[in-house]
Amino acid sequence: MTRRMALLPVAAVLAIVAGLAFGASEPGPAGLVSAVRDPGSIPGQILLQLRLPRVLLAFAVGSGLGVTGAVLQALVRNPLADPYLLGLSGGAGLGAVIAIAAAVTSPWGVPVAAFLGAIGAVLLVYRVSLVGGRRLDPRVLLLGGVVVGAFAGALMSAIISLSPAPQLRSAWLWLMGGFGGASWQALAVFGAYSAVPAVLLFVSARHLDLLVLGEETAQYLGTDIERIKRMVYFAASLLTAAAVAVSGVIGFVGLVVPHAVRLMIGPLHVRLLPAVALASGAFLVLADLVARTVVRPLELPVGVVTAVVGVPLFVVLLRRTQR
Amino acid sequence: MILEAREVTVRYPGATYPALDAVSLRVEAGQLLALVGPNGSGKTTLLRALLGTLPVDGGEALVDGRPVGGWARQELSRLVGVVTQREEPWAPLRVEETVLLGRYPHLGALSPVTSADWAVVRAALERCDVWHLRERTLDALSGGEWQRVRIARALAQEPKVLVLDEPAVALDLRHEMEVMELVRELVRGGLACLLITHHLNLAARYAHRMVLLACGQVVAGGAPADILRPDVVSRVFGWPVTVLEGPDRVPQLFPLRPEP
Repeated sequence: MTRRMALLPVAAVLAIVAGLAFGASEPGPAGLVSAVRDPGSIPGQILLQLRLPRVLLAFAVGSGLGVTGAVLQALVRNPLADPYLLGLSGGAGLGAVIAIAAAVTSPWGVPVAAFLGAIGAVLLVYRVSLVGGRRLDPRVLLLGGVVVGAFAGALMSAIISLSPAPQLRSAWLWLMGGFGGASWQALAVFGAYSAVPAVLLFVSARHLDLLVLGEETAQYLGTDIERIKRMVYFAASLLTAAAVAVSGVIGFVGLVVPHAVRLMIGPLHVRLLPAVALASGAFLVLADLVARTVVRPLELPVGVVTAVVGVPLFVVLLRRTQR
Repeated sequence: MILEAREVTVRYPGATYPALDAVSLRVEAGQLLALVGPNGSGKTTLLRALLGTLPVDGGEALVDGRPVGGWARQELSRLVGVVTQREEPWAPLRVEETVLLGRYPHLGALSPVTSADWAVVRAALERCDVWHLRERTLDALSGGEWQRVRIARALAQEPKVLVLDEPAVALDLRHEMEVMELVRELVRGGLACLLITHHLNLAARYAHRMVLLACGQVVAGGAPADILRPDVVSRVFGWPVTVLEGPDRVPQLFPLRPEP
């Protein structure tokens, strides 16, 4: 168990190096060395200005989605929960599609619209889920997330179906997620929005452990349940909204990586959350590497890769642990 | 260290009668109080009201003289250990991890688990006869094993008050007696214990005092011999009973069959 944990940081570093070494233009692993020696050269510039921010952003977004998935699964006590469960992806998608349909030209127009859409959906779901005005019921939260997501999805489909072809294509690509727009600036924005929520989630680790036993028992073991549920819900939502704003809706990472890591090292969050952060970061860096190299010079949406690679891996893991 | 309900009243929304109607009781250090009564008489509701997980509509619940709402949950969890009636974990914890959760009241958000914590966990596992199961996951336990693990977790809290809601339901003969002997030993050492059960004979053998609840009201309170009276029990439970004396000179109930 501890040995497997020790392998994760190594795997994460290897994934980052691989992500830097390969890409659309081909400095290759050897080019990586010369690029590092001479940062002013063209390979050096590609590495510093394009690949490095892209790889780091993929890692950070992957970590964020993985950790969010893990804590939401604990919050709603359901292994099928994922970061987009709470209506966030619908809200974000609607925001982005409105911005695209309105042909907003500013580079930050679409991300900001997606972020605002996500936050709007979160607040709406939260309001719907408050029972008797003050208790947050995770089961109602699930239902609220599904209906708000469906409603936003319907509006989004209406807008897309009435849009001209080029906008339709860019909206669709955005919805599938990707790191084509990665930059140091995007990385800084994501870092700024995710730092506080991430810290709050890690600090809640022990309360999430107690939630495994159910809300009533968690209270008898010291959890101020309503405060923790609210904090975890908003921190997770903010983290996901930031991820969606910089990279679109990337599915599957937040659902499957936490589940897979939990199967390997157990459900205690003090260990689980760091392990999930490393594993999902590495997974998304590799998925992005595949997305941008396999049909070179075109790119696949990274969400396609996470599902196509992740599903079989997950099935194998599930079968091995069930035996 | 005491747990006290003063005239506690609880109404569930939409219900005609209050679930608890001005109920008072006290559990003191070194005393085992059994709260007994038929199904649906308000026993678990009183537990929740006493421990602040259910708001009261009248009266007050006090822990160590302070209203329960005035305690931070973590402070309270260092004093009061609770084994609820039901609990369904959603992820497969291992037995020793589950009992370690009983140390969380004493740990900060990020402070490490020490070897002293593990020593407490080990002692609790051994006292409840589940040390040999420590590596198992919870989904591989029987109902009685799971119950003993939960009691071990409450002991790992090192509480001053122990609240047990139907602890013996899933236990076999030997483990039921072992758990009750363990509780009595802890009470002798100064622990306060509130035992909630509809198992009147067990309560009569182990409790110092009993409180009989029916339809949200206290019907009788006192020594076991004052509660286990054929007229009182027959009326409250709606079945004819007779009372015999057990081998340890404690009154024991015997339900009667209707004459043919």
